[in-house]
Amino acid sequence: MRLINIKPGKPGRLLLLLLPLALLVLVYLSYSAQRLEANPSDKLLPSATQMVDAIDRLAFEPDRRSGDYLFWQDTASSLQRIAIGLGISALIGLCLGVAAGTIPLFSAPLSPLLTVLSMIPPLALLPILFIVFGLGELSKVVLIVIGITPIIARDLEQRAREIPPELLVKAQTLGANTWTLILRVVLPQLLPRLLISLRLVLGSAWLFLIAAEAIASTDGLGYRIFLVRRYMSMDVILPYVAWITLLAWAMDYGLRRLTQFAFPWYEGAKS
Amino acid sequence: MIDSTQPSAANRVTPFIKVKNVWQEYGDQVVLERLNLNIAEGEFCTLVGTSGCGKSTFLRLLLGQERPSRGEILLNGQPLPHEPDASRGVVFQRYSVFPHLTVLNNVALGLALPRAPVFGRLIGRARREANEEAAAILHKVGLGQSLDKYPAQLSGGMQQRLAIAQALVMKPRVLLLDEPFGALDPGIRKDMHALLLELWQEIRLTVFMVTHDLSEGFTLGTRLMVFDKPRIDPGAPNAYGACITYDIPLNSDRRLARAAVEALPKHIASGLNSAA
Repeated sequence: MRLINIKPGKPGRLLLLLLPLALLVLVYLSYSAQRLEANPSDKLLPSATQMVDAIDRLAFEPDRRSGDYLFWQDTASSLQRIAIGLGISALIGLCLGVAAGTIPLFSAPLSPLLTVLSMIPPLALLPILFIVFGLGELSKVVLIVIGITPIIARDLEQRAREIPPELLVKAQTLGANTWTLILRVVLPQLLPRLLISLRLVLGSAWLFLIAAEAIASTDGLGYRIFLVRRYMSMDVILPYVAWITLLAWAMDYGLRRLTQFAFPWYEGAKS
Repeated sequence: MIDSTQPSAANRVTPFIKVKNVWQEYGDQVVLERLNLNIAEGEFCTLVGTSGCGKSTFLRLLLGQERPSRGEILLNGQPLPHEPDASRGVVFQRYSVFPHLTVLNNVALGLALPRAPVFGRLIGRARREANEEAAAILHKVGLGQSLDKYPAQLSGGMQQRLAIAQALVMKPRVLLLDEPFGALDPGIRKDMHALLLELWQEIRLTVFMVTHDLSEGFTLGTRLMVFDKPRIDPGAPNAYGACITYDIPLNSDRRLARAAVEALPKHIASGLNSAA
Protein backbone atom coordinates (compact mmCIF):
# COMPACT_ATOMS: atom_id res chain seq x y z
CA MET A 1 0.00 0.00 0.00
CA ARG A 2 1.26 3.47 -0.79
CA LEU A 3 2.31 5.65 2.13
CA ILE A 4 -0.14 8.35 1.07
CA ASN A 5 -3.09 5.97 1.55
CA ILE A 6 -2.23 4.73 5.04
CA LYS A 7 -4.36 6.49 7.64
CA PRO A 8 -3.85 6.02 11.38
CA GLY A 9 -6.87 4.90 13.43
CA LYS A 10 -8.02 6.70 16.56
CA PRO A 11 -5.72 4.98 19.10
CA GLY A 12 -2.94 5.07 16.56
CA ARG A 13 -3.31 8.79 16.15
CA LEU A 14 -3.12 9.35 19.91
CA LEU A 15 0.00 7.24 20.07
CA LEU A 16 1.59 9.17 17.20
CA LEU A 17 0.65 12.43 18.93
CA LEU A 18 2.33 11.48 22.21
CA LEU A 19 5.34 9.70 20.74
CA PRO A 20 7.47 12.74 19.75
CA LEU A 21 6.63 14.57 22.99
CA ALA A 22 7.52 11.54 25.11
CA LEU A 23 10.74 11.12 23.14
CA LEU A 24 11.74 14.75 23.73
CA VAL A 25 11.08 14.44 27.47
CA LEU A 26 12.96 11.16 27.63
CA VAL A 27 16.02 12.53 25.83
CA TYR A 28 16.05 15.58 28.12
CA LEU A 29 15.72 13.54 31.32
CA SER A 30 18.49 11.13 30.38
CA TYR A 31 20.91 13.95 29.51
CA SER A 32 19.95 15.81 32.67
CA ALA A 33 20.57 12.70 34.80
CA GLN A 34 23.94 12.19 33.12
CA ARG A 35 25.11 15.73 33.79
CA LEU A 36 23.83 15.80 37.36
CA GLU A 37 25.61 12.53 38.05
CA ALA A 38 28.90 14.04 36.95
CA ASN A 39 28.29 17.34 38.76
CA PRO A 40 25.37 17.60 41.24
CA SER A 41 25.47 21.41 41.21
CA ASP A 42 25.15 21.63 37.44
CA LYS A 43 22.58 24.28 36.47
CA LEU A 44 22.21 23.73 32.76
CA LEU A 45 19.83 20.76 32.66
CA PRO A 46 17.93 20.68 35.95
CA SER A 47 16.06 17.53 36.94
CA ALA A 48 12.29 17.32 37.13
CA THR A 49 12.36 17.59 40.93
CA GLN A 50 14.48 20.75 40.80
CA MET A 51 12.01 22.37 38.41
CA VAL A 52 9.01 21.35 40.52
CA ASP A 53 10.73 22.81 43.59
CA ALA A 54 11.48 26.08 41.82
CA ILE A 55 7.90 26.50 40.60
CA ASP A 56 6.56 25.42 43.97
CA ARG A 57 8.60 28.21 45.53
CA LEU A 58 7.44 30.83 43.01
CA ALA A 59 3.80 29.78 42.85
CA PHE A 60 2.88 28.79 46.38
CA GLU A 61 5.19 30.75 48.66
CA PRO A 62 4.88 34.53 48.94
CA ASP A 63 7.94 36.44 47.79
CA ARG A 64 10.05 37.50 50.76
CA ARG A 65 10.49 41.06 49.50
CA SER A 66 7.08 41.95 48.07
CA GLY A 67 4.79 39.26 49.56
CA ASP A 68 3.37 38.47 46.10
CA TYR A 69 3.02 35.03 44.62
CA LEU A 70 5.40 35.77 41.76
CA PHE A 71 4.31 33.03 39.34
CA TRP A 72 0.66 34.06 39.37
CA GLN A 73 1.53 37.74 39.44
CA ASP A 74 3.70 37.28 36.33
CA THR A 75 1.01 35.25 34.60
CA ALA A 76 -1.72 37.80 35.36
CA SER A 77 0.38 40.75 34.14
CA SER A 78 1.40 39.03 30.92
CA LEU A 79 -2.09 37.78 30.16
CA GLN A 80 -3.56 41.21 30.77
CA ARG A 81 -1.07 42.83 28.39
CA ILE A 82 -1.57 40.27 25.66
CA ALA A 83 -5.37 40.33 26.00
CA ILE A 84 -5.53 44.12 25.71
CA GLY A 85 -3.04 44.03 22.83
CA LEU A 86 -4.98 41.35 20.94
CA GLY A 87 -8.34 43.05 21.59
CA ILE A 88 -7.20 46.43 20.29
CA SER A 89 -5.45 44.84 17.30
CA ALA A 90 -8.53 42.81 16.42
CA LEU A 91 -10.73 45.90 16.50
CA ILE A 92 -8.40 48.12 14.45
CA GLY A 93 -7.49 45.28 12.10
CA LEU A 94 -11.14 44.50 11.47
CA CYS A 95 -12.02 48.13 10.70
CA LEU A 96 -9.03 48.61 8.39
CA GLY A 97 -9.53 45.26 6.70
CA VAL A 98 -13.22 45.84 6.03
CA ALA A 99 -12.60 49.36 4.76
CA ALA A 100 -9.76 48.29 2.47
CA GLY A 101 -11.40 45.10 1.28
CA THR A 102 -14.91 46.37 0.62
CA ILE A 103 -14.78 50.01 -0.45
CA PRO A 104 -12.58 50.64 -3.51
CA LEU A 105 -12.22 54.32 -2.63
CA PHE A 106 -10.66 53.43 0.75
CA SER A 107 -8.71 50.53 -0.67
CA ALA A 108 -6.69 52.76 -3.02
CA PRO A 109 -4.84 54.61 -0.25
CA LEU A 110 -5.08 51.94 2.49
CA SER A 111 -3.80 48.78 0.79
CA PRO A 112 -0.33 50.09 -0.19
CA LEU A 113 -0.01 51.80 3.18
CA LEU A 114 -0.81 48.59 5.06
CA THR A 115 1.66 46.67 2.92
CA VAL A 116 4.43 49.14 3.70
CA LEU A 117 3.55 49.35 7.41
CA SER A 118 3.58 45.59 7.76
CA MET A 119 7.16 45.56 6.47
CA ILE A 120 8.49 47.66 9.38
CA PRO A 121 10.11 45.34 11.92
CA PRO A 122 8.12 46.17 15.08
CA LEU A 123 11.04 45.45 17.40
CA ALA A 124 13.02 48.19 15.67
CA LEU A 125 10.33 50.59 16.83
CA LEU A 126 10.58 49.48 20.46
CA PRO A 127 13.07 52.22 21.47
CA ILE A 128 10.77 54.83 19.92
CA LEU A 129 7.84 53.41 21.87
CA PHE A 130 9.80 53.56 25.12
CA ILE A 131 10.77 57.17 24.37
CA VAL A 132 7.25 58.23 23.42
CA PHE A 133 5.09 56.16 25.79
CA GLY A 134 7.53 55.66 28.64
CA LEU A 135 8.44 52.34 30.20
CA GLY A 136 4.94 51.58 31.54
CA GLU A 137 2.22 49.21 30.37
CA LEU A 138 1.29 51.36 27.38
CA SER A 139 4.47 50.82 25.38
CA LYS A 140 4.23 47.03 25.78
CA VAL A 141 0.62 46.95 24.58
CA VAL A 142 1.44 49.33 21.73
CA LEU A 143 4.27 47.06 20.60
CA ILE A 144 1.88 44.12 20.34
CA VAL A 145 -0.68 46.28 18.51
CA ILE A 146 1.88 47.64 16.05
CA GLY A 147 3.27 44.19 15.49
CA ILE A 148 0.10 42.29 14.67
CA THR A 149 -2.50 44.83 13.48
CA PRO A 150 -1.11 45.11 9.92
CA ILE A 151 -1.10 41.32 9.62
CA ILE A 152 -4.72 41.03 10.75
CA ALA A 153 -5.80 43.96 8.59
CA ARG A 154 -4.15 42.56 5.47
CA ASP A 155 -5.56 39.09 6.08
CA LEU A 156 -9.10 40.43 6.55
CA GLU A 157 -8.75 42.70 3.53
CA GLN A 158 -7.95 39.63 1.47
CA ARG A 159 -10.88 37.69 2.97
CA ALA A 160 -13.25 40.57 2.30
CA ARG A 161 -12.14 40.54 -1.35
CA GLU A 162 -12.88 36.82 -1.50
CA ILE A 163 -16.56 37.34 -0.66
CA PRO A 164 -18.27 36.52 -3.99
CA PRO A 165 -19.33 39.74 -5.77
CA GLU A 166 -22.68 38.04 -6.40
CA LEU A 167 -23.46 38.32 -2.69
CA LEU A 168 -22.72 42.05 -2.66
CA VAL A 169 -24.93 42.58 -5.72
CA LYS A 170 -27.65 40.47 -4.14
CA ALA A 171 -27.56 42.53 -0.95
CA GLN A 172 -27.98 45.68 -3.01
CA THR A 173 -31.03 44.23 -4.76
CA LEU A 174 -32.41 43.56 -1.26
CA GLY A 175 -32.18 47.27 -0.52
CA ALA A 176 -28.90 47.52 1.38
CA ASN A 177 -26.94 50.76 1.49
CA THR A 178 -23.15 50.64 1.81
CA TRP A 179 -23.27 50.75 5.59
CA THR A 180 -25.92 48.06 6.11
CA LEU A 181 -24.23 45.92 3.46
CA ILE A 182 -21.06 45.98 5.55
CA LEU A 183 -22.99 45.52 8.78
CA ARG A 184 -25.17 42.60 7.73
CA VAL A 185 -23.19 40.86 4.97
CA VAL A 186 -19.47 41.63 5.08
CA LEU A 187 -18.88 41.91 8.83
CA PRO A 188 -20.65 38.69 9.89
CA GLN A 189 -18.78 36.77 7.23
CA LEU A 190 -15.43 38.17 8.37
CA LEU A 191 -15.86 37.60 12.12
CA PRO A 192 -14.98 33.87 12.05
CA ARG A 193 -12.08 34.74 9.81
CA LEU A 194 -10.95 37.32 12.39
CA LEU A 195 -10.81 34.63 15.07
CA ILE A 196 -8.72 32.42 12.79
CA SER A 197 -6.48 35.37 12.01
CA LEU A 198 -6.03 35.97 15.76
CA ARG A 199 -5.01 32.33 16.19
CA LEU A 200 -2.37 32.76 13.51
CA VAL A 201 -0.85 35.88 15.10
CA LEU A 202 -0.86 34.51 18.67
CA GLY A 203 2.76 33.41 18.31
CA SER A 204 3.88 36.86 17.15
CA ALA A 205 1.89 38.52 19.92
CA TRP A 206 3.70 36.46 22.56
CA LEU A 207 7.02 37.20 20.88
CA PHE A 208 6.46 40.95 21.11
CA LEU A 209 5.19 40.68 24.66
CA ILE A 210 8.21 38.72 25.90
CA ALA A 211 10.56 41.10 24.07
CA ALA A 212 9.00 44.17 25.62
CA GLU A 213 8.92 42.61 29.08
CA ALA A 214 12.53 41.49 28.78
CA ILE A 215 13.76 45.02 28.11
CA ALA A 216 11.71 47.11 30.50
CA SER A 217 9.31 45.71 33.07
CA THR A 218 8.89 44.92 36.75
CA ASP A 219 6.82 41.78 36.35
CA GLY A 220 5.54 39.41 33.69
CA LEU A 221 6.57 36.01 32.40
CA GLY A 222 9.14 37.43 30.00
CA TYR A 223 10.57 39.68 32.69
CA ARG A 224 11.04 36.73 35.07
CA ILE A 225 12.80 34.60 32.47
CA PHE A 226 15.26 37.35 31.64
CA LEU A 227 15.74 38.23 35.31
CA VAL A 228 16.69 34.72 36.45
CA ARG A 229 18.92 34.26 33.42
CA ARG A 230 21.53 36.20 35.42
CA TYR A 231 21.67 33.36 37.93
CA MET A 232 21.42 30.72 35.19
CA SER A 233 18.27 29.43 36.85
CA MET A 234 17.27 26.96 34.20
CA ASP A 235 14.99 25.36 36.79
CA VAL A 236 12.77 28.47 36.52
CA ILE A 237 13.29 29.29 32.85
CA LEU A 238 12.31 25.89 31.48
CA PRO A 239 8.99 25.59 33.38
CA TYR A 240 8.19 29.21 32.49
CA VAL A 241 8.74 28.47 28.80
CA ALA A 242 6.53 25.40 29.10
CA TRP A 243 3.89 27.48 30.89
CA ILE A 244 3.94 30.17 28.19
CA THR A 245 3.58 27.48 25.55
CA LEU A 246 0.65 25.97 27.42
CA LEU A 247 -1.05 29.37 27.79
CA ALA A 248 -0.59 30.12 24.09
CA TRP A 249 -1.93 26.70 23.15
CA ALA A 250 -4.94 27.14 25.46
CA MET A 251 -5.71 30.51 23.84
CA ASP A 252 -5.48 28.93 20.41
CA TYR A 253 -7.78 26.10 21.47
CA GLY A 254 -10.24 28.53 23.07
CA LEU A 255 -10.40 30.65 19.92
CA ARG A 256 -10.97 27.55 17.81
CA ARG A 257 -13.83 26.35 20.00
CA LEU A 258 -15.31 29.86 20.01
CA THR A 259 -15.26 29.89 16.19
CA GLN A 260 -17.11 26.56 16.07
CA PHE A 261 -19.60 27.61 18.71
CA ALA A 262 -20.35 31.14 17.54
CA PHE A 263 -20.31 30.52 13.78
CA PRO A 264 -21.81 27.09 13.14
CA TRP A 265 -22.33 27.98 9.47
CA TYR A 266 -18.64 28.58 8.87
CA GLU A 267 -16.97 25.68 7.05
CA GLY A 268 -13.44 26.64 8.02
CA ALA A 269 -14.41 26.33 11.69
CA LYS A 270 -14.12 22.57 11.54
CA SER A 271 -10.41 22.43 10.82
CA MET B 1 -58.40 57.52 -25.61
CA ILE B 2 -56.42 54.85 -23.85
CA ASP B 3 -57.98 53.01 -20.99
CA SER B 4 -55.35 53.00 -18.23
CA THR B 5 -56.60 49.69 -16.86
CA GLN B 6 -55.47 48.00 -20.07
CA PRO B 7 -51.72 47.53 -19.71
CA SER B 8 -51.36 45.94 -23.14
CA ALA B 9 -52.70 49.07 -24.77
CA ALA B 10 -50.58 51.32 -22.57
CA ASN B 11 -47.49 49.29 -23.35
CA ARG B 12 -47.83 50.04 -27.00
CA VAL B 13 -47.26 53.69 -26.13
CA THR B 14 -44.31 53.37 -23.72
CA PRO B 15 -42.78 49.93 -23.43
CA PHE B 16 -41.89 48.81 -19.92
CA ILE B 17 -38.27 48.31 -20.86
CA LYS B 18 -36.76 49.96 -23.89
CA VAL B 19 -33.25 49.11 -25.04
CA LYS B 20 -31.98 51.83 -27.37
CA ASN B 21 -29.00 50.98 -29.58
CA VAL B 22 -26.94 49.49 -26.76
CA TRP B 23 -23.29 48.53 -27.31
CA GLN B 24 -20.99 47.01 -24.75
CA GLU B 25 -17.24 47.08 -25.33
CA TYR B 26 -14.32 46.17 -23.10
CA GLY B 27 -11.28 47.84 -24.63
CA ASP B 28 -10.99 46.50 -28.18
CA GLN B 29 -13.41 43.69 -27.56
CA VAL B 30 -16.96 44.33 -28.71
CA VAL B 31 -19.32 42.08 -26.78
CA LEU B 32 -22.72 43.42 -27.69
CA GLU B 33 -23.71 45.64 -30.58
CA ARG B 34 -26.82 47.33 -31.91
CA LEU B 35 -29.28 46.01 -29.36
CA ASN B 36 -32.74 47.46 -29.83
CA LEU B 37 -35.63 45.98 -27.89
CA ASN B 38 -39.04 46.87 -26.58
CA ILE B 39 -40.23 44.65 -23.79
CA ALA B 40 -43.75 44.71 -22.42
CA GLU B 41 -44.42 44.35 -18.73
CA GLY B 42 -45.06 40.76 -17.68
CA GLU B 43 -43.04 39.23 -20.49
CA PHE B 44 -41.00 36.10 -19.71
CA CYS B 45 -37.88 36.52 -21.84
CA THR B 46 -35.45 33.66 -22.15
CA LEU B 47 -31.97 34.49 -23.46
CA VAL B 48 -30.07 31.71 -25.21
CA GLY B 49 -26.85 31.51 -27.20
CA THR B 50 -23.38 30.02 -27.10
CA SER B 51 -20.98 30.69 -24.24
CA GLY B 52 -19.36 34.09 -24.27
CA CYS B 53 -21.87 35.69 -26.61
CA GLY B 54 -22.97 38.36 -24.19
CA LYS B 55 -26.15 36.95 -22.61
CA SER B 56 -24.84 37.43 -19.12
CA THR B 57 -23.38 40.80 -20.06
CA PHE B 58 -26.83 41.90 -21.17
CA LEU B 59 -28.24 40.69 -17.85
CA ARG B 60 -25.59 42.67 -15.96
CA LEU B 61 -26.56 45.75 -17.96
CA LEU B 62 -30.20 45.26 -16.97
CA LEU B 63 -29.11 44.76 -13.37
CA GLY B 64 -27.11 47.98 -13.37
CA GLN B 65 -23.92 46.17 -12.45
CA GLU B 66 -22.35 47.50 -15.65
CA ARG B 67 -22.99 50.60 -17.71
CA PRO B 68 -23.40 50.26 -21.50
CA SER B 69 -20.59 51.81 -23.56
CA ARG B 70 -23.14 53.29 -25.94
CA GLY B 71 -26.89 53.67 -25.98
CA GLU B 72 -29.24 53.49 -23.04
CA ILE B 73 -31.82 51.32 -21.34
CA LEU B 74 -35.08 52.89 -20.23
CA LEU B 75 -37.28 51.46 -17.52
CA ASN B 76 -40.77 52.96 -17.70
CA GLY B 77 -39.33 55.80 -19.76
CA GLN B 78 -36.67 56.58 -17.17
CA PRO B 79 -32.96 55.76 -17.60
CA LEU B 80 -32.02 52.67 -15.62
CA PRO B 81 -30.14 53.42 -12.36
CA HIS B 82 -26.44 52.56 -12.73
CA GLU B 83 -26.27 50.37 -9.65
CA PRO B 84 -28.29 47.39 -8.46
CA ASP B 85 -31.34 48.30 -6.39
CA ALA B 86 -34.52 46.83 -4.98
CA SER B 87 -36.51 47.31 -8.20
CA ARG B 88 -34.68 44.42 -9.89
CA GLY B 89 -34.34 41.05 -8.22
CA VAL B 90 -31.65 38.61 -9.23
CA VAL B 91 -30.85 34.93 -8.88
CA PHE B 92 -27.38 33.73 -9.87
CA GLN B 93 -26.28 30.19 -10.60
CA ARG B 94 -24.18 30.18 -7.41
CA TYR B 95 -23.58 32.44 -4.41
CA SER B 96 -27.10 33.81 -4.40
CA VAL B 97 -27.82 33.22 -0.72
CA PHE B 98 -25.99 34.38 2.38
CA PRO B 99 -24.18 31.47 4.05
CA HIS B 100 -24.15 33.12 7.48
CA LEU B 101 -27.93 33.53 7.75
CA THR B 102 -30.59 30.92 8.34
CA VAL B 103 -33.16 30.29 5.61
CA LEU B 104 -35.69 32.53 7.36
CA ASN B 105 -33.20 35.33 7.95
CA ASN B 106 -31.99 35.14 4.35
CA VAL B 107 -35.48 36.21 3.27
CA ALA B 108 -36.26 38.48 6.23
CA LEU B 109 -33.04 40.40 5.48
CA GLY B 110 -34.68 41.87 2.38
CA LEU B 111 -37.58 43.11 4.48
CA ALA B 112 -35.29 44.62 7.11
CA LEU B 113 -32.68 46.38 4.97
CA PRO B 114 -34.89 49.00 3.26
CA ARG B 115 -36.66 49.83 6.53
CA ALA B 116 -33.63 49.97 8.81
CA PRO B 117 -30.98 52.07 7.04
CA VAL B 118 -28.83 52.46 10.17
CA PHE B 119 -28.78 49.09 11.94
CA GLY B 120 -30.01 46.85 9.12
CA ARG B 121 -32.22 45.05 11.65
CA LEU B 122 -35.84 45.24 12.69
CA ILE B 123 -36.94 44.87 16.29
CA GLY B 124 -40.14 43.99 18.10
CA ARG B 125 -43.37 43.90 16.14
CA ALA B 126 -41.83 44.91 12.82
CA ARG B 127 -39.40 42.02 13.16
CA ARG B 128 -42.18 39.53 13.95
CA GLU B 129 -44.21 40.71 10.98
CA ALA B 130 -41.22 40.50 8.67
CA ASN B 131 -40.51 36.97 9.88
CA GLU B 132 -44.12 35.97 9.25
CA GLU B 133 -44.05 37.44 5.76
CA ALA B 134 -40.74 35.67 5.06
CA ALA B 135 -42.08 32.37 6.40
CA ALA B 136 -45.18 32.70 4.20
CA ILE B 137 -43.18 33.06 1.00
CA LEU B 138 -40.83 30.26 2.08
CA HIS B 139 -43.83 27.96 2.54
CA LYS B 140 -44.92 28.88 -0.96
CA VAL B 141 -41.60 27.78 -2.49
CA GLY B 142 -41.58 24.60 -0.41
CA LEU B 143 -39.05 25.53 2.26
CA GLY B 144 -41.51 25.73 5.14
CA GLN B 145 -39.78 22.86 6.94
CA SER B 146 -36.28 24.31 6.75
CA LEU B 147 -36.66 27.80 8.22
CA ASP B 148 -33.87 27.40 10.79
CA LYS B 149 -31.36 25.64 8.59
CA TYR B 150 -28.28 27.26 7.12
CA PRO B 151 -27.92 27.26 3.30
CA ALA B 152 -24.98 24.82 3.49
CA GLN B 153 -27.43 22.25 4.92
CA LEU B 154 -29.73 22.56 1.88
CA SER B 155 -29.45 20.78 -1.46
CA GLY B 156 -28.66 22.77 -4.60
CA GLY B 157 -32.31 22.90 -5.66
CA MET B 158 -33.43 24.03 -2.23
CA GLN B 159 -30.80 26.77 -2.24
CA GLN B 160 -32.15 28.07 -5.55
CA ARG B 161 -35.71 27.99 -4.17
CA LEU B 162 -34.41 30.07 -1.29
CA ALA B 163 -32.71 32.48 -3.70
CA ILE B 164 -35.99 32.89 -5.62
CA ALA B 165 -37.98 33.47 -2.44
CA GLN B 166 -35.36 35.99 -1.33
CA ALA B 167 -35.69 37.90 -4.62
CA LEU B 168 -39.50 37.78 -4.72
CA VAL B 169 -40.04 39.00 -1.17
CA MET B 170 -38.86 42.41 -2.39
CA LYS B 171 -41.74 42.46 -4.90
CA PRO B 172 -39.42 43.52 -7.71
CA ARG B 173 -40.93 44.47 -11.07
CA VAL B 174 -38.11 42.75 -12.92
CA LEU B 175 -36.57 39.40 -12.06
CA LEU B 176 -33.19 38.55 -13.60
CA LEU B 177 -32.09 34.93 -13.62
CA ASP B 178 -28.53 34.02 -14.65
CA GLU B 179 -28.59 30.29 -15.43
CA PRO B 180 -30.40 29.68 -12.16
CA PHE B 181 -30.92 25.96 -12.72
CA GLY B 182 -27.65 25.24 -14.56
CA ALA B 183 -26.19 23.24 -11.69
CA LEU B 184 -29.31 21.19 -10.88
CA ASP B 185 -30.15 17.70 -12.08
CA PRO B 186 -32.99 17.26 -14.60
CA GLY B 187 -35.73 16.08 -12.20
CA ILE B 188 -35.21 18.95 -9.79
CA ARG B 189 -34.98 21.31 -12.74
CA LYS B 190 -38.49 20.32 -13.84
CA ASP B 191 -39.87 21.08 -10.36
CA MET B 192 -38.14 24.43 -10.44
CA HIS B 193 -39.71 25.23 -13.84
CA ALA B 194 -43.16 24.51 -12.44
CA LEU B 195 -42.48 26.68 -9.41
CA LEU B 196 -41.13 29.54 -11.49
CA LEU B 197 -44.08 29.51 -13.89
CA GLU B 198 -46.53 29.40 -11.01
CA LEU B 199 -44.91 32.41 -9.38
CA TRP B 200 -44.70 34.27 -12.70
CA GLN B 201 -48.39 33.72 -13.32
CA GLU B 202 -49.30 34.88 -9.85
CA ILE B 203 -47.17 37.99 -9.61
CA ARG B 204 -47.02 40.77 -12.17
CA LEU B 205 -43.40 40.19 -13.00
CA THR B 206 -41.12 40.69 -15.97
CA VAL B 207 -38.54 37.92 -16.15
CA PHE B 208 -35.23 37.74 -18.00
CA MET B 209 -33.64 34.35 -17.84
CA VAL B 210 -30.27 33.36 -19.27
CA THR B 211 -30.07 29.66 -20.01
CA HIS B 212 -27.86 27.21 -21.84
CA ASP B 213 -30.71 24.77 -22.17
CA LEU B 214 -32.61 25.52 -25.36
CA SER B 215 -35.63 23.40 -24.38
CA GLU B 216 -35.81 25.23 -21.07
CA GLY B 217 -35.86 28.47 -23.04
CA PHE B 218 -38.72 27.24 -25.20
CA THR B 219 -40.87 25.83 -22.38
CA LEU B 220 -40.63 28.74 -20.01
CA GLY B 221 -40.45 31.84 -22.15
CA THR B 222 -43.10 33.92 -23.77
CA ARG B 223 -40.31 35.41 -25.80
CA LEU B 224 -37.08 33.71 -26.79
CA MET B 225 -34.07 35.80 -27.75
CA VAL B 226 -31.10 34.19 -29.44
CA PHE B 227 -27.76 35.95 -29.04
CA ASP B 228 -25.27 35.36 -31.81
CA LYS B 229 -22.50 37.03 -33.74
CA PRO B 230 -23.80 37.75 -37.24
CA ARG B 231 -20.46 39.07 -38.47
CA ILE B 232 -17.17 37.37 -37.81
CA ASP B 233 -13.79 38.65 -38.96
CA PRO B 234 -11.43 35.63 -38.74
CA GLY B 235 -8.43 37.95 -38.43
CA ALA B 236 -9.94 39.91 -35.55
CA PRO B 237 -12.43 37.75 -33.65
CA ASN B 238 -13.21 40.51 -31.17
CA ALA B 239 -13.97 43.22 -33.69
CA TYR B 240 -17.68 42.47 -33.91
CA GLY B 241 -20.05 41.75 -31.07
CA ALA B 242 -23.16 39.67 -30.68
CA CYS B 243 -26.66 40.91 -31.22
CA ILE B 244 -30.09 39.32 -31.06
CA THR B 245 -30.44 37.26 -34.22
CA TYR B 246 -33.81 35.68 -33.46
CA ASP B 247 -36.58 37.13 -31.34
CA ILE B 248 -39.38 34.58 -31.19
CA PRO B 249 -42.73 35.02 -29.44
CA LEU B 250 -43.72 31.80 -27.66
CA ASN B 251 -46.46 30.23 -25.60
CA SER B 252 -48.91 32.85 -26.79
CA ASP B 253 -51.74 31.06 -24.96
CA ARG B 254 -50.07 31.73 -21.64
CA ARG B 255 -49.29 35.29 -22.54
CA LEU B 256 -52.86 35.88 -23.63
CA ALA B 257 -54.28 34.23 -20.53
CA ARG B 258 -52.19 36.45 -18.39
CA ALA B 259 -53.01 39.58 -20.35
CA ALA B 260 -56.70 38.73 -20.06
CA VAL B 261 -56.45 38.34 -16.31
CA GLU B 262 -54.59 41.62 -16.07
CA ALA B 263 -57.24 43.35 -18.14
CA LEU B 264 -59.88 42.47 -15.56
CA PRO B 265 -60.61 44.95 -12.78
CA LYS B 266 -58.21 44.44 -9.91
CA HIS B 267 -60.53 42.94 -7.29
CA ILE B 268 -61.76 40.21 -9.64
CA ALA B 269 -58.26 39.41 -10.85
CA SER B 270 -56.89 38.99 -7.33
CA GLY B 271 -59.81 36.70 -6.54
CA LEU B 272 -58.92 34.56 -9.54
CA ASN B 273 -55.27 34.37 -8.57
CA SER B 274 -55.91 33.25 -5.05
CA ALA B 275 -58.38 30.64 -6.31
CA ALA B 276 -55.81 29.20 -8.70
